[in-house]
Amino acid sequence: MSPKATTKTTYHIPVGPIHPALKEPVLFEFEIDGERIVDVDVKLGHVHRAVEWASRKRNPIQILYLAERICGICSYCHPAAFALAVEDAADIVIPERAEYLRVIQGEWERVTSHILWAGVAAHEIGFDTVLFLTWQIRERALDLTEFLTGNRITKGIIMIGGIRRDITADMLPRIQKDLDYFKECYGKLGKIFLEDKTIKLRSQGVGILEKEDALKLCAVGPTTRASGVKKDVRVDTSYFAYGDLDINCITPADLTGTITGDVYDRIIQRLLEVKQSIDLIEQCVDKMPGGDIVAEPKIAKLLNQLKKVNGEGVGRHEAPRGEVIHYVKLDGNDAPFTWKVRAPTYNNILPWIPMLKGEQIADIPIVAASTDPCMSCTNRVGIVKDGNKYELTKEQLHKMCVEKTRRLM
Amino acid sequence: MAEKNLTPEQFVDKVMAEKNLTPEQFVDKFKDEFKTNIKDVKIKRRAAGSKKNETASIWMKVDKSAFKKVIEHLCKLQFPHLAVASGNDLGKTIELIYHFTVNFGKRMEEINLHISVELPKSKPEIETICDWIPGALITEREKMEMLGVKIIGIPDDRRCFLPDDFPKDVYPWRRDEKGLEKLYKNLHEVKK
Repeated sequence: MSPKATTKTTYHIPVGPIHPALKEPVLFEFEIDGERIVDVDVKLGHVHRAVEWASRKRNPIQILYLAERICGICSYCHPAAFALAVEDAADIVIPERAEYLRVIQGEWERVTSHILWAGVAAHEIGFDTVLFLTWQIRERALDLTEFLTGNRITKGIIMIGGIRRDITADMLPRIQKDLDYFKECYGKLGKIFLEDKTIKLRSQGVGILEKEDALKLCAVGPTTRASGVKKDVRVDTSYFAYGDLDINCITPADLTGTITGDVYDRIIQRLLEVKQSIDLIEQCVDKMPGGDIVAEPKIAKLLNQLKKVNGEGVGRHEAPRGEVIHYVKLDGNDAPFTWKVRAPTYNNILPWIPMLKGEQIADIPIVAASTDPCMSCTNRVGIVKDGNKYELTKEQLHKMCVEKTRRLM
Repeated sequence: MAEKNLTPEQFVDKVMAEKNLTPEQFVDKFKDEFKTNIKDVKIKRRAAGSKKNETASIWMKVDKSAFKKVIEHLCKLQFPHLAVASGNDLGKTIELIYHFTVNFGKRMEEINLHISVELPKSKPEIETICDWIPGALITEREKMEMLGVKIIGIPDDRRCFLPDDFPKDVYPWRRDEKGLEKLYKNLHEVKK
């Protein structure tokens, strides 16, 4: 993947850092032969904000709120993985009710995130009516998030050793009402995405990730599952209350019977996961035991307890985009000695290369968007630079992508 | 590339058909092969939920000389998923911890496998594992720029997250004279 000398027949197109597909910066360097992509190089780091370094002067409770700000969409996953890592290091036992509440929050975030992604994917191929439809549905999802946590985006809900807000019996009717609404929407969205001729033309057979590549390049989340690798932290391990719940690893084969690993499969994958998440929330509401929601309600006492810990722990959680893993080493000081964050997009960068090779320039936005990349999660220290060659701006690229859809129609 | 002589289909079949080993069996397979090169083996189980189902984590320290062989052994035993490698500056040495998961794909049978290796600061060098696990590239590049570890034989040694004008010989995760201390006291000088 090192930059190769351009031969006479091919030419270079840099795309980014101001962005090809999503609304965040990353730089692609494409080697193009006519309309076909021959080689791809990805450059990262444009929004690196040194979050791990910032943690050196903060205590674990303060880091929870810092972790939440790594990414706006995964504002539950990062603090959750961090809390899991600290609990692992300090051997804190979490009350059973809190484990169920944590699942509900995690699954709700997945629904919100996947619906957002569905809108972005539709926008990339020029299907803007669907963007407005999905984001209207997402608005309702955010309202429920606000109802459950008190906030719409940065939720501030998780705490080391438990969770900060309970779900009481009088809240259940509203939750059930919204879940019913989402089941209805699920049917509608399924029909739009899976039966529409134009979406099929743009997504079937495009951006294929073979199962072998998914395994070798260590892809995670819906990206790897859409290629047929059964890897899902919720299924494979027992954390939160997932060990108690009835859950299976979903692949697109559950719906279509075959797996091709293309963009269409990744759309199916995410739609099926929305349905699965709603089902998991209902299971949790049914089975939730009573009791405390946090192991140690007094923050000062908890911090004191954490100060005595000498050890390391790892927390893994299945975020909407895949496995997020945090490593924490505590050494008896206020601040942790080391905190390492690994967001799912970090592992889904390399799979872009086999996906994009051989595709057309106009397919770049939808293929890149199909892994649901989140650059803020991946880069955590920043400075913007680079670029001045002939650039294909985001608008031009988006236009090309929309035009391809129009041609196909 | 891992298992060079296998076709893609054979590789996938092999990985998927692998029979699951318990954490103890896993540890034994490594201890038999590498004996004293493997130290401080811990198996930790953590229960969660009402049913208290457990998930196991294996932590082991590997001697630098045997590291590449251990990875090779692991890939032949069962092709793992590499989540990430993290790093600690421990004063005289730099510790790298490779976080793997094995046995995935089956309900609650996954094992976390954390393999740590310590490198002396006088010669912080380690061999690449990209030839076995191509997905390790980004995390290895990150270790090079953040900790100043030299990865021998890495297919792409450019910076990954740090900008091109970031000073050479400064490594953000270090806690010694090569760390960031100098830079953030004089932020105005760094920015042109």
